[in-house]
Amino acid sequence: MTGVKLLLTAGVALLWAASASAQQQQQAPRGSADSGRKLYESFGCYQCHNRAAQGAGATGPRLAPGPLPFQAFIQQVRHPRYEMPPYEAAIVTDQQVADIYAFLQTIPKPPDPKTIPLLN
Amino acid sequence: MPRKLPEIDRRKFLKGVAVGGAAVGLAGSAEAQTGAPAAAGRSLAKAPLPSAAMRAAEEKVPAEVEKLTTQKTGSDFMVDVVKTLGIDYLAACPGSTFRALQESFINYGANKQPEWLTCLHEEASVAMAHGYSKIAGKPMAAMVHGTVGLQHASMAIYNAWCDRAPVIVFTASAGATDDRRPGVEWAHSVQDGASLVRDFSKWDDMPWSLQHFAESMVRAYKVATTAPTAPVVIVAEGKLQEAPLHADEAKKLTIPKLVPNTQPQGDLNAVRETAKLLVAAENPLIVADRYARTPEAIPLLIKLAELLQAPVVDLRARMNFPNQHPLNHSDRFRALLSQADVMLALEPVDLYGEINGMRDQIERTSRKITKPGAKIVTIGSNDLLIHANYQDFQRFETQDISISGDAEATMPSLIEAVQRALTDNRKSALAARGQKLAEAKKESTERLRGEAAYAWDASPLSLARLSMELWAQIKGEDWSLVSSGGGGGGWPFRLWNFDKAYHHIGGSGGSGMGYGLPASVGAALANKERGRLSVSIQTDGDFMISPGAMWTMAHHQIPMLVVMNNNRAYHQEVMHIQRMANRHNRGVDRAWIGTTIRDPNIDYGQLARSMGVFGEGPITDPKDLGPAIKKALEVVKRGEPALVDVYTQPR
Repeated sequence: MTGVKLLLTAGVALLWAASASAQQQQQAPRGSADSGRKLYESFGCYQCHNRAAQGAGATGPRLAPGPLPFQAFIQQVRHPRYEMPPYEAAIVTDQQVADIYAFLQTIPKPPDPKTIPLLN
Repeated sequence: MPRKLPEIDRRKFLKGVAVGGAAVGLAGSAEAQTGAPAAAGRSLAKAPLPSAAMRAAEEKVPAEVEKLTTQKTGSDFMVDVVKTLGIDYLAACPGSTFRALQESFINYGANKQPEWLTCLHEEASVAMAHGYSKIAGKPMAAMVHGTVGLQHASMAIYNAWCDRAPVIVFTASAGATDDRRPGVEWAHSVQDGASLVRDFSKWDDMPWSLQHFAESMVRAYKVATTAPTAPVVIVAEGKLQEAPLHADEAKKLTIPKLVPNTQPQGDLNAVRETAKLLVAAENPLIVADRYARTPEAIPLLIKLAELLQAPVVDLRARMNFPNQHPLNHSDRFRALLSQADVMLALEPVDLYGEINGMRDQIERTSRKITKPGAKIVTIGSNDLLIHANYQDFQRFETQDISISGDAEATMPSLIEAVQRALTDNRKSALAARGQKLAEAKKESTERLRGEAAYAWDASPLSLARLSMELWAQIKGEDWSLVSSGGGGGGWPFRLWNFDKAYHHIGGSGGSGMGYGLPASVGAALANKERGRLSVSIQTDGDFMISPGAMWTMAHHQIPMLVVMNNNRAYHQEVMHIQRMANRHNRGVDRAWIGTTIRDPNIDYGQLARSMGVFGEGPITDPKDLGPAIKKALEVVKRGEPALVDVYTQPR
């Protein structure tokens, strides 16, 4: 049951991600991807979203490639919809959120599944 | 079945004991007679011969002789009873309270039907029987030591209870107060042995006579195997096991014939009403949870779904419906539920949870997912077996039609009622719906294939990669995935091809830790008899609760491929602590304390090898996994178990 519920959450987030415009992406504050990579680990983002931010059906949606627009992203961090625990500014500063966001923007697209023999 | 151990040369051993014993005795005698120390080496040659008086005293028959042996005991008769039930295996960790029964099973019963399996923990014995029942479709037995053994076994019995799985549990007690030896026999004796697990077993008894045992044993089997199936407990009292059984007493005993009960079917009028609703519905949805009790359940559900051209969501407490069938829409559950005008739930485990969402924040809020006016129909046997204390029955939810009865047993009459209610016009409308659903299924499968490509080359490995590397090696075999809940983060259910009743074993029921490995071993035992390849994706936290089941697997040569989903943590618990830390605004940097299994990392390959199981890994490079699985499979195909340890992503 939980898995199915959270899969729905993942689906909603994906739709959200798909609607992100390039303009919104540019509104993100400058962040350090290197710092963000470390923060992604230390703040435990990977526990639910996995180490490559690819998400997990049962626990958390995919975050990258193509993350949510920054404003929606930070809104989700501070006042999450669904199951995600809230990260307030006292715990994760706006700059740290920006760093994590910068890291997520560096994650490349996956290979085309048609090029992976085990998926065909 | 067990491996042969090197035998001790019994003749030499006895000779040594006899000579040693004689030497000590005679030396003592010589010293007493002469007052001189007996010199080593001269005792045998120079010992005096017994006098005529001494010989007469030794040969004299006393007036009353204590009887120290017997030909037949109550435990032998108990074995006769169990043999009539067709139980193939009995798993046990040894315990003195059932010493007579154990000896009777292995000697008097010739260790056949049931064959005695050695386990290293009572929890593993019961979990093994639980897993076996999922594949064999019939109970296996577990025997657990009085008091302390049952305490160990209790969580596994709870899992079987929550999963409504038939398991026969034997336990014992040392007997009446004047029969117990001082000390440990008292600590292991109990007035009402089964009370410990009565809240979560279907029936129990402690027979007071052998005839009572015969009747209760047959009753227990019938009760356990009638829907809702569940564990039962028989307490074999020590004196009843060990007391000699004389021929004249034995002649009076009878063993009742086992005649299985028919399974309870739903009320026919309610079934017809349901059929009308389903046929008239624009967006019906069938949700199957603990539905399939036998392999016949799957074709029945296919028939119903195809008649209605209705989508099926399989919640997978059992293998209910082929995952690649065009009407299987398990990955679209909530979307379909929100549109459904009629939902038919087959053996729902948690109806409230199916149709409501609850958010885990400080204030827990819930919302109904079904649209207003949607009709909810259930067919299930849950309310036929409900106890008060433990709350596995879940939150109450209102239904529009609630049919009490076994869903599988009720299915033929529902199919017949639907066939009668269908008109030709309606059939063509339903066919159009089926076409749309088939297209949606195709799109959904393509989407999932794309999802699997994310982090495909990552290290630690993604669960999608792990699952597909395994699938590539087994898809040509007659395989059975025997891990609890499938394993692999759900990826096998998305991209493998499940279409046979034995293709997976569902979950543990109660989510009690330590079920995974021994349940897999039990299921693999049932598969072994049927010539199938058993594979199990094990999670590290659960695995380490009962790793001794690996030894059982090696000792009894139960072939199974174990692939470790080794994420080096109790990751669900990490997330819980993280949630609390965030809620309290204290940061998550200590969430790993008490939740991770690292520093040092456990070497599962080495652990496997220490118990006689082929072990490989840890695998950290995705490219190495396929060859490692292939190598391990060669071992499994030779009839032995093997394990491949894989470092994986958290979820």
